[in-house]
Amino acid sequence: MNKDILLCGVGGQGTVLASKLIAASAMAMGETVHSAETIGMAQRGGSVTSHVRIGAEGAPLIPKGEAAVMLAFEPAEAVRNLSYMKEDGVVIVNRIPVKPVTDSDYDGGVMIDYLKSKCKNLIVVDAEELCRPFGSSKFFNVAILGVAVGSGSTGLDRDKVLDEIERTVPERFLEANRQAFLTGIQLGGNYGVK
Amino acid sequence: MGKEYVMGNGAIAFGAIAAGAGLVSGYPGTPSSEIIETIEKYNDGGIHLEWSVNEKAALEVAAAAAYAGMRTMVTMKQVGLNVASDPLMSLAYVGVKGGMVIVVADDPGPISSQTEQDTRRFAGYARIPVFDPVSPEDAYIMIQEAFDYSEKYGTPVLFRPTTRICHGYASIDVPQKVAARAYEGFIKDSKKWVIFPRLSYLNHAMIEERNPKIGKDFSTYRANTCEGSGKTAIFTGGISYAYVKDVLKDRTDIKLCKIGTPYPFPEDFALECLLGVERVLCIEELSPVIEEEIQKLAGIHGLNIEICGKRTSDGILSGEYSADTAAQVIHKFMGEADTEKGIDVTDAPKLPMRPPVLCAGCPHRASFYAVKKAMAGRKAYFCGDIGCYTLGNAMPLDMVDTCLCMGAGITMAQGLHWTDADAVSFAFVGDSTFFASGMTGVANAIYNEADMILCVLDNSTTAMTGHQPHPGTGRNMMGDMVEKLNIEKILSAMGVSAIETVNPFALEHAINTVRKMADIKGVKAIIFKAPCIALEKNFNKLHISEKCISCKKCIREIGCPAISIIDEKVVIDEGLCTGCGLCATLCPVSAIGGDDGE
Repeated sequence: MNKDILLCGVGGQGTVLASKLIAASAMAMGETVHSAETIGMAQRGGSVTSHVRIGAEGAPLIPKGEAAVMLAFEPAEAVRNLSYMKEDGVVIVNRIPVKPVTDSDYDGGVMIDYLKSKCKNLIVVDAEELCRPFGSSKFFNVAILGVAVGSGSTGLDRDKVLDEIERTVPERFLEANRQAFLTGIQLGGNYGVK
Repeated sequence: MGKEYVMGNGAIAFGAIAAGAGLVSGYPGTPSSEIIETIEKYNDGGIHLEWSVNEKAALEVAAAAAYAGMRTMVTMKQVGLNVASDPLMSLAYVGVKGGMVIVVADDPGPISSQTEQDTRRFAGYARIPVFDPVSPEDAYIMIQEAFDYSEKYGTPVLFRPTTRICHGYASIDVPQKVAARAYEGFIKDSKKWVIFPRLSYLNHAMIEERNPKIGKDFSTYRANTCEGSGKTAIFTGGISYAYVKDVLKDRTDIKLCKIGTPYPFPEDFALECLLGVERVLCIEELSPVIEEEIQKLAGIHGLNIEICGKRTSDGILSGEYSADTAAQVIHKFMGEADTEKGIDVTDAPKLPMRPPVLCAGCPHRASFYAVKKAMAGRKAYFCGDIGCYTLGNAMPLDMVDTCLCMGAGITMAQGLHWTDADAVSFAFVGDSTFFASGMTGVANAIYNEADMILCVLDNSTTAMTGHQPHPGTGRNMMGDMVEKLNIEKILSAMGVSAIETVNPFALEHAINTVRKMADIKGVKAIIFKAPCIALEKNFNKLHISEKCISCKKCIREIGCPAISIIDEKVVIDEGLCTGCGLCATLCPVSAIGGDDGE
């Protein structure tokens, strides 16, 4: 399997855990994986990306136009990274914007409309709605991963991902994470990409 | 341990463990910090591991252990080498017995740094070898080889990964833990270990004779490779090699030459690559190191070759490469059309800027705000420093007038004072930076009778680089609890005339303390003490009641990322709020409160 997956969002949203789960699950399926994270100053509220390259022998960063799947934790960040996507790539985006202190005028709805005009395969999810049963938007990273896996676009086996969630997540958060993931799977299944 | 999915920095750490390192020291700095953190996780006490107070101390500790025959590694970011350059330049003359690898992580972009300096250049300046890995997997093997070369030639060597190697992940076959190598112990020999002009003269000649031999040795080293054939060649190294590979894919009409050891340059290898070549393109980040070596070779050997790169403005002059920029440069050089791929986003709506900001609940915000309030209407200079609190520069706080390098804020506040004695000169320094390079600046101020206020922003950790301990935290990297160095006592012993410790969230008291200090002559210090919010767990989250009159003072004055305006109403994002209460303190109508009714 050759698959480039791009995760993007704002520092603190939990993209790193989601990308580690993808990488670990792919490795458990026997794939070679490379990935790259944003670490350091930009983590403090800046734009962050994780590039996960499954089956690739090359560089850790995805070239433009080659990502098959995007997990966007924030609408403007989806637009910012859209040029990395294949024309028929699957974009899964959170509808809820994160407004920077310096730019309160920014409108997430405009970004969603733009994505609708550009993406052949767009799945818009609402992090607040999706995470309401679990009491915290902290579980959105695992929920959006569930949507991606449930949609069939990642090529990842849901049980392998569940195994990795169990291995990685601390005991007291495990059940909520498992439920968030399964809720995501169900939602993603409605879209049935491929 | 078997196969592990690790960060490049983890691969470097495992490589050093496999090579039998007995001592590892360093100072935190993005992108190098996780090397020592990885070793801490796997160390059973067999390796002496330390966060030294700064890079100079780290290098000196490791050098002496290498004199005794122990294998040692030092880690730092590129600007850290500037601090460590004094011992490094001399150590290059003296040499070592045990293998000594100095890992210096460069940061093209720069992504988290002050400069885009190139450590390969430093290698040439110090006349010592440098190794440049192309991937985390390569780094794991290469660092072990670097130890071997260091011992073979009795010289410290540099190992230069870049951010994308350090923070890239790959799976590595990590070995069973290898114990530190046996070593002979320090053998006294003042003719060898004491640097004197005579020794430097003799060793300088030895080094200049030795380096071409190392260059010949490197010409057959596995990390210098040549693929493909033809009259056109691309010379590259480090992460740029991976991008070029991505662009060329299976194409074989271009020679692809990878330089793993930029200094001493593997001239024989390069000359062989250049046979029959008419045009060369150099793709490298930061400085044109490989490019200039090829130019030198062409000059010495009278080769009629067109050499393109940074010096001909064909390569990028600053910042980092990507597969896309590498493709553009290569296609232009080859006279081929650049293929646009993917979704066209030239018509995208304007995107919000996201400069990094202080976290919600960060005590530095309250400290800066207190000083700002106290100095309202008075002329004051605010000299910043390196750490999270550099982010105090952002609007609306706007409390960093200068930032240069580690510790500079304290001395620059003095320089500004000598130009304008009527203004109040402030220096802001974090606790880790204070120990790294702040104390000499304080001594300078007292000795030279400067007038300034030192603000120590003490959050009891090295926050920006990932919460490493330091001499003030009471914990070291060997897992020991140790005596905490007390900043207040240090300042007092140095002769600081007035010292106050305040809680920045007790805003009124903090403001009054600043005002009081501004009216005292001499060197004064205020220690703003409150723990880093990223290490706190339990929060009493705040919300805004219907009393809010939408004056937006909280947004205008403190710039907390947890407060924003949604549908014309000021709201607090409960996912981000930490309940620090700074906004509640300044709200004119007491509209902000927590669940407990406060």
